[in-house]
Amino acid sequence: MIIGVPKELHKGEKRVATTPEVVGHLHKLGFDVLVEAGAGRAARFLDSAYKDAGVSIAKDAAEVWLNADIILKVRAPEGDEVAAVRKGQTLISFIQPAQNEALMKALSKRGATVMAMESVPRISRAQKMDALSSMANIAGYRAVVEAAQHFGRFFTGQITAAGKIPPAKVLVIGAGVAGLSAIGAATSMGAIVRAFDTRPEVKDQVESLGGEFLMLDFEDEDSSGAGGYAKTMSDEFIAAEMACFREQAKEIDIVITTALIPGRPAPELWMEDMVKSMQEGSVIVDLAAENGGNCKLTKADKVIQKHGVTIIGYTDMPSRLPTQSSQLYATNLRHLLTDLCPEKDGNIFVNMEDEVIRGTTVINSGEITWPPPPPKVSAAPAKPAPEPASVVEAVVEEKPQNVLISWLPAAIGVLAMLGLGSVAPASFMSHFTVFVLACFIGYMVIWNVKPALHTPLMSVTNAISSIIVIGALLQISSDSGWIVFLSALAVLITSINIFGGFAVTQRMLAMFRR
Amino acid sequence: MSEGLINMAYIGATVLFILALSGLSNQETARRGNLYGMLGMGIALFATIFGVVQDNYVIMLLGLIIGGGIGWVLAKRVDMTQMPELVAILHSLVGLAAVLVGYATFADHEIGFSGVEKTIHDVEVYLGVLIGALTFSGSVVAFLKLSAKISGKPLLLPARHWLNLALLVLAVYFGMTFIEQSANGDGTLPLIMMTVVALVFGVHMVMAIGGADMPVVVSMLNSYSGWAAAATGFMLSNDLLIVVGALVGSSGAILSYIMCRAMNRKFLSVIAGGFGGGVTSTESGDASEQGEAVSVEADEVAQMLSDSKEVMIIPGYGMAVAQAQHSVYELTKRLKDKGVNVRFGIHPVAGRMPGHMNVLLAEAKVPYDIVFEMDEINDDFPSIDVSIIIGANDIVNPAALDEPNSPIAGMPVLEPWKGKTTIVLKRSMATGYAGVENPLFFKENTRMLFGDAKATVDAVVSSLA
Repeated sequence: MIIGVPKELHKGEKRVATTPEVVGHLHKLGFDVLVEAGAGRAARFLDSAYKDAGVSIAKDAAEVWLNADIILKVRAPEGDEVAAVRKGQTLISFIQPAQNEALMKALSKRGATVMAMESVPRISRAQKMDALSSMANIAGYRAVVEAAQHFGRFFTGQITAAGKIPPAKVLVIGAGVAGLSAIGAATSMGAIVRAFDTRPEVKDQVESLGGEFLMLDFEDEDSSGAGGYAKTMSDEFIAAEMACFREQAKEIDIVITTALIPGRPAPELWMEDMVKSMQEGSVIVDLAAENGGNCKLTKADKVIQKHGVTIIGYTDMPSRLPTQSSQLYATNLRHLLTDLCPEKDGNIFVNMEDEVIRGTTVINSGEITWPPPPPKVSAAPAKPAPEPASVVEAVVEEKPQNVLISWLPAAIGVLAMLGLGSVAPASFMSHFTVFVLACFIGYMVIWNVKPALHTPLMSVTNAISSIIVIGALLQISSDSGWIVFLSALAVLITSINIFGGFAVTQRMLAMFRR
Repeated sequence: MSEGLINMAYIGATVLFILALSGLSNQETARRGNLYGMLGMGIALFATIFGVVQDNYVIMLLGLIIGGGIGWVLAKRVDMTQMPELVAILHSLVGLAAVLVGYATFADHEIGFSGVEKTIHDVEVYLGVLIGALTFSGSVVAFLKLSAKISGKPLLLPARHWLNLALLVLAVYFGMTFIEQSANGDGTLPLIMMTVVALVFGVHMVMAIGGADMPVVVSMLNSYSGWAAAATGFMLSNDLLIVVGALVGSSGAILSYIMCRAMNRKFLSVIAGGFGGGVTSTESGDASEQGEAVSVEADEVAQMLSDSKEVMIIPGYGMAVAQAQHSVYELTKRLKDKGVNVRFGIHPVAGRMPGHMNVLLAEAKVPYDIVFEMDEINDDFPSIDVSIIIGANDIVNPAALDEPNSPIAGMPVLEPWKGKTTIVLKRSMATGYAGVENPLFFKENTRMLFGDAKATVDAVVSSLA
């Protein structure tokens, strides 16, 4: 089948749906690739690079739409593109089926199969094709870069001959993929980063990136919704959250908000009074600008100044890093195509039994299949209920046994020793003394041996234990032929052990070197 | 040579043996320790040959020279990957020698004991032969298992615990008849019967133990060979044998204990064989529920490695099987040249005998100061860029920590998933010895590189160049 990649029409869109590197993998799957001339130019992928990778270059978009069986795009089709979709064609791109009902209807009329990249289920198996996450990662990074661009000071603190520079303080609201990426980028530039999220379980992730997690004194609410998103919170919780933000607003230089709840307007988290209490020259980057913004003052796609604070409302952060975002997006698409083409024969098969493909497919041969049934999220299978009970029982049973087990052998041992001592002759007791002391010396000495030397230790103790040869030698001078024979045999095999054991230990130890 | 002189020589030998063992606690002093051991053995032999032996010098020398020659050749020829087998077969020789010496002592009626002394002497002979026979047959089976001449899978007979108990009862019964008959100058038959029982017991015990428990078995047999020597010492009233036997016996016991602790298993449950009861209900889900493993190619791995600063290599039995240690060192060298800090993390029970991995890495000339134990490096994983796991499975299984119902729950494991990326070199998605799914393979920062360990490491090395 032929994969076609047209140039993006949306104004300011610099990304492209495939890269020369990814094309190689698509060829391996058996696909041919057709790219519109100049499609990758804004993302710094030249037509010549595509050609070198074995791609045919189409002179215009019409040629791509006409010849390709599969269309890969970044943005949802718009304008003439919708009409260019053919029956039997497969379109893979961002669609936003919830917001674009008209487009969905139009596409289903065309009789095509449409896969929406934002509908990829958020389960671990599908992570490699989760384009929302890869775009969010870029958006988070770019948010920090934009903030730095508009911020009048260093991020990192320094002590210079010209005076002390305090580090910038950054607050990241929402520790999803974008938030975590922003935390990582800001800490690596030297800023002090604090982060807030309604889901307390992300605390470890925030801290692993060097951020400080702001905890509310509000324990009894967990907000993890389905699919790794946060859900809407209670009024009390929000009041506590706002109090926390007001406190922070006084000292924070940069705020990056990333709070989104799917299918709803972005929650307002950064009120006008907080903006007012921020210092002159502070910066707010609102990554939720497209859905109304986490700050009321945000203007989508604009940078504005209000109360001395710069508020950045770009909605095209990934497109502002076009090379990187194209590369990641193209790889996400490649993984999806790999799953669609299990035979690697260049033909795709939309297997509606497959949870990932089912979730991603929003229109199957003209029939709208959105929304999909909810995915089974948890990677850990639900445990059958009775199991914990049985564990508890087992523990209860074990306890009295433990006491018995730990004392019984000791008691038996003491009794046996006393019994032996009462009948044993003096000569035996002296040998026994030696034996017990030697056991203790062995214990003290061996305990200090490095684990790395356990093998040489075993081979040397093995060689030493062939001291049993002395026993054979004590008897070899006997008159009885039988005893001489047994002893001689014992001497023979222990000698193997003596020489073999010491020699192989020496060989091993000679290999250990610094 | 007078009695006193011989005893003095024995004391000297004893001291030298203790010095030998304590010398092995450190790489710097280990070689000197081994030399002390040789010297001690030399002194003991010299004193015995010139002080005690009065006759049959030719036979004795023949035995020494032929046996020594065989041992020497064996030691020179053996591959380092075959060390577990060699150690096991050498243990069996000590066991056999203990049996032979026991029989010889029994046949020697010149030592006139009577009353309690006679009984104690008989018990000593009996125990010496018992432990010796057990060590012998157990070690032979261990050798066969380790050299893959028989399957490494645990052979679990039905009612095996009852069988063991029956064998024990039989051994005690024959012991009593032996002492009874021996008092009348007889007792050969019960002794032989018991030897057979002990041999069967040894075979059955080791047959029931699986491949990954071999470190425990090998060190346990090491311990037994020591106790056999000590029992022989009692029966011959020889303090040197007692001391050395006790040293070796306790060292083996401690090693077994360390190995069991590293697997969080009870010594008894290892010996009883297989994985104990109550495991089956916890097979938590198949691969599809856990997510999907992401596989990579060698050149991608090479790229990741050259972009990293801190690399941790975790070898397992798979490295030994594929003989990949030299390739691994080649990889280490290449990365070091690129300024990457490469370290090795060794789990105590990696491989088939205590310290197995260390010996293999040493053979490949990996310097020992970049080889670390689990406890030393487990806290460092968050700063590791890439962890490479070569042919290991259960020792890096996060289920041991996360899933209280897992058969390996509570076993201390290396924690590579705390680092940035983990690369697993593995032949297939098969489970490890414990038969547990490894969630590590499905973590999002884990990549699988399938294939024979040596071939894939070589491929990575050549892509690095």
